[in-house]
Amino acid sequence: MDTILVIVAIVLLAAAGFVMGRRRAVVRSGGVSRSLHSLPNYHGHFVALWSAVPALILLVLWLPLEPTLAMNAALDYFQQHIAEANNLETIRQSKLALLLGLSPDQTTIRLEDLAADQFGLLQTEIRNMAAGGASTGHAAFMQEVADVYSGYRETSYILMFVVCLALAGAGAGFAWTRIAPEMRARNHVERAITWFMILCSTVAILTTVGIVLSLLFEAMRFFAQIPVTDFIFGLHWSPQTAIREDQVGSTGAFGAVPLFAGTILISLIAMCVAVPVGLFSAIYMAEYADNRVRAVVKPILEILAGIPTVVYGFFAALTVAPFFRGVGESIGLDVSSESALAAGMVMGIMIIPFVSSLSDDVITAVPQSMREGSYGLGATKSETITRVILPAALPGVVGGILLAVSRAIGETMIVVMAAGLGANLTANPLEAVTTVTVQIVTLLVGDQEFDSPKTLAAFALGLVLFLMTLCLNIIALHVVRKYREQYE
Amino acid sequence: MTTNAGSVTTPKEKMRATLKHRYAAEKRFQAYGIAAILIALAMLVTLFVTIIGNGFTAFQQYTVHLDVTLYPQDIDPDGTGDPEVLSKANYQSAVNDAMYALFPEATDRQARRAVRELISPGANYVIRDMVMDDPSLVGQRISVRVPLASEYDQVLKGNVDPVVDFTAFKEGSTSVDWSLSPEERLISEKQADYLQQLIRQGEVEASFNRWFFTNGDSRQPELAGIWGAAVGSMFTLMVTLALSFPIGVSAAVYLEEFAPKNRLTDIIEVNINNLAAVPSIVFGLLGLAVFLQFFGMPRSAPLVGGLVLTLMTLPTIIIASRAALKSVPPSIREAALGVGASKLQCIFHHVLPLAMPGMLTGTIIGMAQALGETAPLLMIGMVAFVVDIPGSPLDPATVMPVQIYLWSDSPERAFTERTSAAIMCLLGFLILMNAAAVLLRKRFERRW
Repeated sequence: MDTILVIVAIVLLAAAGFVMGRRRAVVRSGGVSRSLHSLPNYHGHFVALWSAVPALILLVLWLPLEPTLAMNAALDYFQQHIAEANNLETIRQSKLALLLGLSPDQTTIRLEDLAADQFGLLQTEIRNMAAGGASTGHAAFMQEVADVYSGYRETSYILMFVVCLALAGAGAGFAWTRIAPEMRARNHVERAITWFMILCSTVAILTTVGIVLSLLFEAMRFFAQIPVTDFIFGLHWSPQTAIREDQVGSTGAFGAVPLFAGTILISLIAMCVAVPVGLFSAIYMAEYADNRVRAVVKPILEILAGIPTVVYGFFAALTVAPFFRGVGESIGLDVSSESALAAGMVMGIMIIPFVSSLSDDVITAVPQSMREGSYGLGATKSETITRVILPAALPGVVGGILLAVSRAIGETMIVVMAAGLGANLTANPLEAVTTVTVQIVTLLVGDQEFDSPKTLAAFALGLVLFLMTLCLNIIALHVVRKYREQYE
Repeated sequence: MTTNAGSVTTPKEKMRATLKHRYAAEKRFQAYGIAAILIALAMLVTLFVTIIGNGFTAFQQYTVHLDVTLYPQDIDPDGTGDPEVLSKANYQSAVNDAMYALFPEATDRQARRAVRELISPGANYVIRDMVMDDPSLVGQRISVRVPLASEYDQVLKGNVDPVVDFTAFKEGSTSVDWSLSPEERLISEKQADYLQQLIRQGEVEASFNRWFFTNGDSRQPELAGIWGAAVGSMFTLMVTLALSFPIGVSAAVYLEEFAPKNRLTDIIEVNINNLAAVPSIVFGLLGLAVFLQFFGMPRSAPLVGGLVLTLMTLPTIIIASRAALKSVPPSIREAALGVGASKLQCIFHHVLPLAMPGMLTGTIIGMAQALGETAPLLMIGMVAFVVDIPGSPLDPATVMPVQIYLWSDSPERAFTERTSAAIMCLLGFLILMNAAAVLLRKRFERRW
């Protein structure tokens, strides 16, 4: 990795800058450290920052730009020297003809006229050959183009190395000359660190903005081809658009209702498992269990939350689904081997610790005085719990359950491995249904082109998923926060 | 007050009856709680028992002892010792000859084919790797153990029908349970015969399955290993850790210690809490649209995987780090500021060291989450079939959970076994990480 070499060089320069800056601060103070405004180390950091930061910023800007410039040069060369009339016959006989989609009666090649995917293929080919890939089937001049490309990249790399190091040196030199006993090096360094921290805390915002923008942008492109109403209200989902125009069933259907129904069905089954089990175990842990039992059982239950979802998926597909199928057979029911029941139940197991730890927190937060008041009136423990504690804790519990629902809706691997692919619109838990996340995965795994509605549909589904979970989360977080304030 | 025989009406008795009823309800309620906990524990136990029961056999592999003669004229005619030549040479014929030597009576095509199929189709690669490591082996007669083909391996392990009693088999009994019809059998009677012969000759032996721990993925289950995926996971986690720890801690310090209470910081706070609950697959979509499409980064690379997982684990790390900072008492800060430290000196010299165990615990938990994450990595193409061990974060790679997903899709019984074994390895790593987090918390947690 050549770039790493540049980074290492910059870092070494910065380290040298640190040592020199520190020494100069000591020298200029005349050995009387009291006369310095800042400690010598801050002077060192000051020089090091001036040397590393501008150079690294330049590097980050240079890296994505450089291959593009080199590619433009290579394509220019291709257009000017290769795509001439007397080369045409050679091109026609080489692999390039196929790549460029050359028609027999064509006499000129203009790169501007190429379709986007052909253009991309040509670029990939140049890149591969420059990287030393096989050049079989190509006329010799393709190697020329590749050489232009790699030549540019090499020059650019050397240039980048020199310019970055020069900038690092210049920055260090500039900072070095500014070192003086009265210079406020600490304030400068601290300001730089503060800005770095501010930058870091905006990463979270940038992530959200990135999610919203990328989903919205791709979904808009999808809705330009498929009407929104068809997507939201359509009852038929079969996104496999035909490869050829004239193929039978060439129009994909993008009605997402079966997916929503499947997602809701599986989440419902999951909640039917997770809520009673989670809630009752939380009640028992918070109100009945003594400390020793709690110290053992609670971490064990938390293990359920730490198991990767892919393991649950494997468990569902390998053990639970065949089990339900066997039970179904023995009582004369036809259970699909990818039944919603199996996927939902395993998902419920996964969510148990989520529900139980959130409810546990909420139940223990109910003030002791309320319990004592109830006991004082002669209520038993269970009566206190059902009549006093649970109603008081209800908002918190509901918030926790909403968070769990959003978990269930967004869960992917269990349903990918244990639920079906076919979009059945059914409420029967014994049949196979598919979910939003399953479809996103099946649409996007493998090679794909980025402008087909099939691929874009995944982003539209992603947008729906994001909005659904976002609403649930906001409501849940709001409810939980309101509840906490009530008792604090 | 009238009393009818048998019925209770005095207030005291009435109360006693209700009390009995209420106590029964109390007992029932308590039983529900215990039942709920038992159900959850039972599920956990079932899960572990299934995985371990399915997977522990994968750590052993039946191998065949072969004496392979590596004729120089077949492998390296010019005696160059050039790795290029050695890697492309034909080792299959040497392996075949060694197999035929064990069965001199098998002379016709069909019989020889059955003989060849006893061992893994990848046996020649095992020999090749040995020769690549030590080129002086060319021209020698070497004694190697090559894996038995996965079907036979599974038969001997008793994972598939027909049930074969290995010990009885060894003693020469033909107690093969041919309860299945010929079409359903994994191996034919003829093949079982050969296998039995091989066992009687003492050439078959169960040994530690080193291929599982040193190889990358393979189409042949007996040669498929998790090392490639483990290295991919390691690179991905290295990228994640290198980015998410400094960014997460800096963000937490700023938000907790510096940020003014205004609208913007409120938004950031709500935002972080929301991000923590966004489904992981959405992060995968983000990575696909932004990193791959917009920035043109390579598909299937651990670097991109690491970036996506960084964004995913950041909220966890920020929330944990803020909690750790909050738990440092203000008196520490006041003392530092009182003796003339600047705000940043106070934080870097006093608050951060005290909050570090909590921050590290949060980071380890975040890393454990990232290690087990599958869905977002599927989106950025880390599902490729990768045979080579990745050498840098830019090489195509998969990670352990994705490898588990890929293997679980394969129909061969031997892959089911390996999937479970890979899950055991993954869970082992996760338990180690979580144990480290718990230990860290126990060792350094301070109550002020």
